[in-house]
Amino acid sequence: MRVMAQMGMVMNLDKCIGCHTCSVTCKQAWTNRTGVEYVWFNNVETRPGQGYPRTYEDQEKWKGGWELGRNGRLKLRTGSRLKRLMTIFSNPVQPSINEYYEPWTYDYETLTNAPLQEHTPVAQPRSLLSDKPMKVEWSANWDDNLGGAPELLENDPVLKKISAEVKEKFEQTYMFYLPRICEHCINPSCAASCPSGAIYKRAEDGIVLVDQDRCRGWRMCVTGCPYKKIYFNHRTGKAEKCTFCYPRVEVGIPTVCSETCVGRLRYIGIVLYDADRVLEAAATPDPQDLYEAQRSLVLDPNDPEVIAAARRDGISEDWIEAAQRSPIYALIHTYGVALPLHPEYRTMPMVWYIPPLSPVVDALTETGHDGEAAGNLFGAIESLRIPVEYLAELFTAGDTQRVDGVLRRLAAMRSYMRDLNLGREADESIATAVGMTGQGIEDMHRLLAVAKYDERYVIPTAHSEQGPGQEELDTGCSLDYDDGPGMGGWGPFGESSGGVTPIAVENFHMLAGRQRSDTAAAPATKEQRVNLLNWDGKGAPEGLFPPRDDLTAGPDGPDDGGVGPDSPAVVEPKP
Amino acid sequence: MNTLEILLWVVLPYVSLAVFVVGHYWRYRYDKFGWTTRSSQLYESRLLRWGSPLFHFGILFALAGHVLGLGIPASWTEAVGISEHAYHVVAVATGALAGFGTIVGLGILLYRRRTVGPVFSATTRNDKLMYLVLTATILFGLSNTVLGNIIGQASDYRETVSPWFRSIFYFQPKPELMDEAGLGYQLHALSAFLLFAIWPFTRLVHVFSAPLGYFTRPYIVYRSRDVRLGSRASARGWDKEKVSRR
Ligand code: HEM
Ligand code: SF4
Ligand code: SF4
Repeated sequence: MRVMAQMGMVMNLDKCIGCHTCSVTCKQAWTNRTGVEYVWFNNVETRPGQGYPRTYEDQEKWKGGWELGRNGRLKLRTGSRLKRLMTIFSNPVQPSINEYYEPWTYDYETLTNAPLQEHTPVAQPRSLLSDKPMKVEWSANWDDNLGGAPELLENDPVLKKISAEVKEKFEQTYMFYLPRICEHCINPSCAASCPSGAIYKRAEDGIVLVDQDRCRGWRMCVTGCPYKKIYFNHRTGKAEKCTFCYPRVEVGIPTVCSETCVGRLRYIGIVLYDADRVLEAAATPDPQDLYEAQRSLVLDPNDPEVIAAARRDGISEDWIEAAQRSPIYALIHTYGVALPLHPEYRTMPMVWYIPPLSPVVDALTETGHDGEAAGNLFGAIESLRIPVEYLAELFTAGDTQRVDGVLRRLAAMRSYMRDLNLGREADESIATAVGMTGQGIEDMHRLLAVAKYDERYVIPTAHSEQGPGQEELDTGCSLDYDDGPGMGGWGPFGESSGGVTPIAVENFHMLAGRQRSDTAAAPATKEQRVNLLNWDGKGAPEGLFPPRDDLTAGPDGPDDGGVGPDSPAVVEPKP
Repeated sequence: MNTLEILLWVVLPYVSLAVFVVGHYWRYRYDKFGWTTRSSQLYESRLLRWGSPLFHFGILFALAGHVLGLGIPASWTEAVGISEHAYHVVAVATGALAGFGTIVGLGILLYRRRTVGPVFSATTRNDKLMYLVLTATILFGLSNTVLGNIIGQASDYRETVSPWFRSIFYFQPKPELMDEAGLGYQLHALSAFLLFAIWPFTRLVHVFSAPLGYFTRPYIVYRSRDVRLGSRASARGWDKEKVSRR
């Protein structure tokens, strides 16, 4: 046994309202630069739907992830190392920009300088790639909320796998949201397909990062990742990916997407896993056993043997304690309601999902039944094969029984807690029917429904003795400073050449700029733009909202502080 | 030996090679982040699918040919029993094939650069200069092979250009040898040295990171936090045991 720690996330899909706040704040923090206009480290897809990029789950076509070779050993779907190098000059299967969408802006200037004319002038869409006028035909969420269904749904690779009659019903009846970030896989195929070895897994917390100084733009990782969570920055010519907001996580605060999630449905914590058994687990012959195999990799942090091994392998006491309190471990093991996304890709993904029960409840309520009575619900889950089959294709490689089991637990929790809330006698039989105890259900309910910030996010801080200056490492360029290489400055060797500016320097300039500026918000220069990365969620950082100068601007100049008379207390963000 | 000769066949090569070597070192130190192929496949792949492999396989083959042709003296090949004629036939045949692939591939790539909107927008002035010198070098080189053999005025480059080229590396330059080479060869050599001089400052640096290490490294790379920026105190002695692995 070789114990390693892994940062993980669980999302409770029942609570996602599809508001895209997570995507927008993530973009604001990480990818609001040229070259990555089309890049969404966090995206929220409507299911059924094609996903982003279109049909990325069709691995016959896109060749992402691992498969079992004839000898039963893992190999990348793109073939051998030699084959990848022989096809390096032109990657045979790489999604083109059309599979994402061609980024565009509008020709706003015509609105202001068009001559007087009979008709209102229109701002035409213009491609950000070629500067030419373009027709907007697709984007990151074109099929949001089943927009364009049923025609667009025909291409949903998951829907294709389930039977036709079920399919039709699904299209008419159900939909839910699936927020996705990089899975920070335990067996990442992106890293395996990188010819230069620039993509690495951090030994301390398992976060998968691209070393911007070592990436040479061979772009094989884009194909390698089955979740298509490696994006190619077309300006810098380097791969970029979700960083699990490592500068935040290292100091113990959650990722931006979690922090800002409106549904409060994300959980972050660490798990301990046995690094020696990863390959064996990933090579489990039957894809439907992969979920169990991956679950068994995750070690019980309360087991004295595991603790001893963890200490031996250099995991510090506070990390072991964090693993014991981890909501991720609880949801994966103690309550057993979290499932991995597409375990059949064999990358051992570490962002797990609690499948949504709501389609079932809604369907039941529509038919006039009591949607929350245990008997009705259990029956409905079984008879409504429809969502179960679809969910099983997403989370268990098609094993409906597992999804069924999880949904029954969630249903049991609703019924059991309803009795309690209505002041009725608790019905222990509901709990035993799903292999839990009443207390267990109450605990699970607490974690899923009322858990506060520090229960949802149990994040041990990085150790200074483990690596002083960690935050300055490598991926600094993902977050380039304004007017610097990554922000559209053209160095002598093309865009984004030149050295990396450490994040600390960037923060210093940003803070200094904010302190020196004489306008409170709406910074006149880009250096003072709000940086959500160092926002801890408390108060409103200066510059987040534009100034209401109609109310505050004095007669002799611009207003000099505050965002308005009714919100005088502007909390200075912590650096 | 006049001044021009010395300038062209002694000074230029040394300056350009020096810029080549120092330039790469400097670029690597200063601009690792800019060291990339700047792939444009995201914009377009239908043309690239043909153009890029044709060009790359062609030019790599041609490169290997140059190493053999320039690096190995005629006396060596004769010593192992390869007649000058046999050598010539093989060299011209393979060279023409590789050259043909290169030129067709390059044609496709250039056509693509110009006509595909996003690719054109992403072309820097630096790229344009690089393409100009690269194309010139390739065209001069290929015209030597083709014209030389068709029109039959092939000067024997193994007696002129090659020894001159090797003499540069012995530090006993023999510029007079280049006088006897044909104009085509002279132009080819000149533009090649110009190309070497701009090489470190263009996207061509990607050639030096050809990922051969991929064959030997483990699939998954683990990396630990780096301790090089020791801005904070390291662990106390009695705590070392616990944290030593990291
Ligand atoms: C040694 C192995 C080499 C490898 C692995 C390699 C790989 C690549 C790759 C992956 C691209 C990007 C293609 C794309 O997606 O747009 C590229 C572009 C390019 N390479 Fe190479 N290359 C090699 C050698 C060379 C050599 C020897 C030359 C010329 C002297 C060269 C000249 C170019 C040029 C001009 C481009 C730009 C093509 C375009 O987009 O117009 N490469 N190379
Ligand atoms: S999900 Fe993330 S870690 Fe996994 S293969 Fe894709 S990019 Fe790599
Ligand atoms: S912010 Fe939360 S609720 Fe909104 S789309 Fe993202 S995950 Fe769903």
